[in-house]
Amino acid sequence: MLTVSDVSKSYPSAQGLLTAPVAVLRGVSLSLAPGASLALTGESGSGKSTLLHLVAGLDAPDSGAITVAGQPLAGLGDAARARLRREAIGLVFQQFNLIPSLDVRANLAFQARLAARVDPAWQAEITERLGLADLLARYPEQLSGGQQQRVAIGRALAARPGLILADEPTGNLDEATGDAVMALLLDLVRTTGASLLLVTHSPRLAALTDARATLSRGVLA
Amino acid sequence: MTPTLLPTLAALLGHWRRHPLELATLLIGLAVATALFSGVQALNAEARGSYARATRLLGGEHTAQIVPAGGPTLAVADYVALRRAGWKVSPVLEGDLRLGEITLRLTGVDILTLPPSTLAPDPGEAAAFLLPPYRALAAPETARRLAGTAGLPPLTTSPAVPPDTLVLDIAEAARLLHQPDRLTRLLVAPGETPAPLPPGLALRQPEPRSDLDRLTASFHLNLTAFGLLSFLVGLFIAYAAIGLAFEQRRATFRTLRATGVSARALAAALALEIVALALLAGAAGLAAGYALAAALLPDVAASLRGLYGARVPGTLTLAPGWWAAGFAITLVGALGAAATSLWRAVRLPVLAPARPQAWLAAQRRGIRLQLVLAALLALGGLATLAFGQTLAAGFAVLAALLLAAALALPALLAALLALGSRAARGPVAQWAWADSRQELGGLSLALMALLLALAVNVGVGTMVASFRATFTGYLDQRLASELYVSATDAPEAAAITRWLEARPEVAAVLPIWNAPARLGVPGDDWPVELYGFRDHPTYRGNWPLLAAVPDPWTRVAAGDAALVSEQAARRLGLSPGDTLTLPTPSGPWPLTVAAVYPDYGNAELQLMLPVDALAARFPDLDRRRMAVRADPAATATLAADLRAAFDLPPDNVIDQRGLKAVSLATFDRTFAVTVALNALTLTVAGTALLASLLTLADARLPRLAPVWATGVTRRTLALLELARATGLAALTALFALPLGLALAWVLTAVVNVRAFGWRLPVLLFPGQWATLLALALATAALAALWPALRLRRTSPLRLLQGFSNER
Repeated sequence: MLTVSDVSKSYPSAQGLLTAPVAVLRGVSLSLAPGASLALTGESGSGKSTLLHLVAGLDAPDSGAITVAGQPLAGLGDAARARLRREAIGLVFQQFNLIPSLDVRANLAFQARLAARVDPAWQAEITERLGLADLLARYPEQLSGGQQQRVAIGRALAARPGLILADEPTGNLDEATGDAVMALLLDLVRTTGASLLLVTHSPRLAALTDARATLSRGVLA
Repeated sequence: MTPTLLPTLAALLGHWRRHPLELATLLIGLAVATALFSGVQALNAEARGSYARATRLLGGEHTAQIVPAGGPTLAVADYVALRRAGWKVSPVLEGDLRLGEITLRLTGVDILTLPPSTLAPDPGEAAAFLLPPYRALAAPETARRLAGTAGLPPLTTSPAVPPDTLVLDIAEAARLLHQPDRLTRLLVAPGETPAPLPPGLALRQPEPRSDLDRLTASFHLNLTAFGLLSFLVGLFIAYAAIGLAFEQRRATFRTLRATGVSARALAAALALEIVALALLAGAAGLAAGYALAAALLPDVAASLRGLYGARVPGTLTLAPGWWAAGFAITLVGALGAAATSLWRAVRLPVLAPARPQAWLAAQRRGIRLQLVLAALLALGGLATLAFGQTLAAGFAVLAALLLAAALALPALLAALLALGSRAARGPVAQWAWADSRQELGGLSLALMALLLALAVNVGVGTMVASFRATFTGYLDQRLASELYVSATDAPEAAAITRWLEARPEVAAVLPIWNAPARLGVPGDDWPVELYGFRDHPTYRGNWPLLAAVPDPWTRVAAGDAALVSEQAARRLGLSPGDTLTLPTPSGPWPLTVAAVYPDYGNAELQLMLPVDALAARFPDLDRRRMAVRADPAATATLAADLRAAFDLPPDNVIDQRGLKAVSLATFDRTFAVTVALNALTLTVAGTALLASLLTLADARLPRLAPVWATGVTRRTLALLELARATGLAALTALFALPLGLALAWVLTAVVNVRAFGWRLPVLLFPGQWATLLALALATAALAALWPALRLRRTSPLRLLQGFSNER
């Protein structure tokens, strides 16, 4: 489902263009089979989120290759990357990133409708299992953090993508809520048969996935 | 100053360093508001200063005068008789002297008998003033213009003299004006006990306001109204920028409060900040206002001269009070625009969670409140329309109409967007509609400014175009004669008449003789122009009438009826069939109003009377002008022959087409400044929209980032942003159209009638609307293009930052 081969990425230094760029990822390689889950751990600034953004096609690597669902990302234009994201990838962020102008029902269905993969039965099941049935008419501002993250998970899964990318999905939640949200995410990912790349700094959460990898200063340990 | 104030101020000002575009928006808003308002005030101040100089010139508002009871002048013999009877009076002779392109107002005085006035030639110069070759006093700018002009006495500059005016000894004035035996008026020395005057003379007590002041009041009120409107539009920009800065600094306010800054200190720091910014913007705005006024002054001066004969200099001199008032109005405007934000900052609870969305909910409540206010304003406007009779009430109706519509706009747009949301099918379309609704709060002020500017443009554009179309048709009817001739004096006019009547191509010579008079009740009487005409098919067949008794021309020809101009009819409350009494040198002349006729573009009141009857009662009638009916094919030759035969200047023989051109030019000048301010207001509104979109663009990124992450391209998002701005502008323009037409009606049927005394029909010009709609869309598209292009080119890195920024 996902292959990352020798990927490197650097960003301009905060001190200005005249200083050397900061290398965030250096020759990272990994792969993820369909239905498998991998936790990517590491300290803050180790490059976990950058790798996830590259896999999602939100940014492009300086070198190396990434293939998602058999589709190499290199050479894809903005429109093609956008299509790949809406059809093959589900994203869950630490900050939830719901669309504030849409209610919960519309947020949940948004990506599935973009991908033209609306399945009312599946939608209803997700809503039920995420405990969102009573919140459908509310707007994101009217939800707690845990509720918002459940909506974000539902949105990511509604189109039945082959790959779920989750970046610190419980980072903004208290431990109990975070555990409940994580259990739901893993349960639903297993139900759909999707692969999961989970970025987390928590060894406890990482232990819940099939495999684990640790990034340290841009290199896989 | 408390110890917390400076650090607080520094923390607040840091926001503007990080958001230079917002700072620019705020400064531009305040500067533009100040510039347009103070520019107009400068124009008014300059003109009023000139009137005051003219009034004060000969004692003005403190000096009583003796004037002819009817007719333009009194005889020198009358003056001599009064002096012999013990009256302490001083003679004045006034008249226009044409020197090539320049027309000068000559004021002849006798400085030996002159009551105390602002005119006081140096004692050393008195002899030079009184004796040949004489000296004339002139304003410095007039003296510069006249340098080297032949035929005038040497000039001495005096700032007390109004522009284009020469004050000189009465003997020299009489020689230059060819009026050796006539006087215009007599100034009465202060403290003189009035004794009965001989018949034909009237004592006029000093009046606090001159005729010119009263006649031009409407013109200046019009200018002030436009200045205020532009000021309001500018303040919209400032209000939007301050409101946005408040929202963005909400977290900072809480942090400051949490670290020990009192609500009072926070409010003081915010007020200080706005005062400092207002002073900065005010300085720029005043400089721009000065430049604007200097650019518009020649047009205003030409309008005032063409309409009222008022002499206003073409260059600007401003008193220190203007600068102080400019800064004051900027400060008041800025504090007014910041009042809501200041109030909310003071009341902000320290522990409330930072939830920008809560503000949106508050905005929804705000929209409802605005609707209620709009309804109240609309009702107030209707009541003022029904019961108010003054020009100020007319402007109040306009203000109520505009403000009500502006306040109602967000609610109308929100309702339309809600409908669109419901009709939208695709997820992106649904998001776009919903997002537009949510963004409406940030854009609504700019859209309100756009609505006002567009509506005013439709209203004023419709009014001016209607006027012009009607006026052109009216001139075609009214200027039916082939030639219009002005002789130098009455004997030459009689000779020209004889010469013309001997020409075979001339069908008729129609005298246009005139005399000034005053009509009304004492204390509220108005100068009236009496227009003597000969009964002829030219008038009966062409002269447009608005209302008349049966067979009005025959009634007038009989000598006991008059035709009354629309202005005179409105001002004096006259209708066909009413009676009026005209004071004449030979006693009162009772007249019936036979008809009311339109007299567009003329600020003076006018009565048309049979020429023979008029001449019998006004021996001093100005008999120099005439209209000539002739074979149109021979007009050019006839005019050339006439000029050659009597050595007449080209302007004294003018054909129908030339006169129409002059009339239209005067008419156009009346609205030149209005049209210029109109265009400026639209520019300001466009700037407001651009500024709002630019300031919102940064705040938009975190909102767009999740949509982009779920698979919508930056290109699509950029196009949607463009469509959103142009769509909202288009909807605003659609609302502006009926509002503009309503405005045109109020301007034409209420304001203009009360300001100028004449009313023209409102005509519709769909082509003009289409142009304006296209302009609105282009303005919005241009304003949205830059943020949209920025979004299109936004790097993924920047969009990714949207995921870590607080939304």
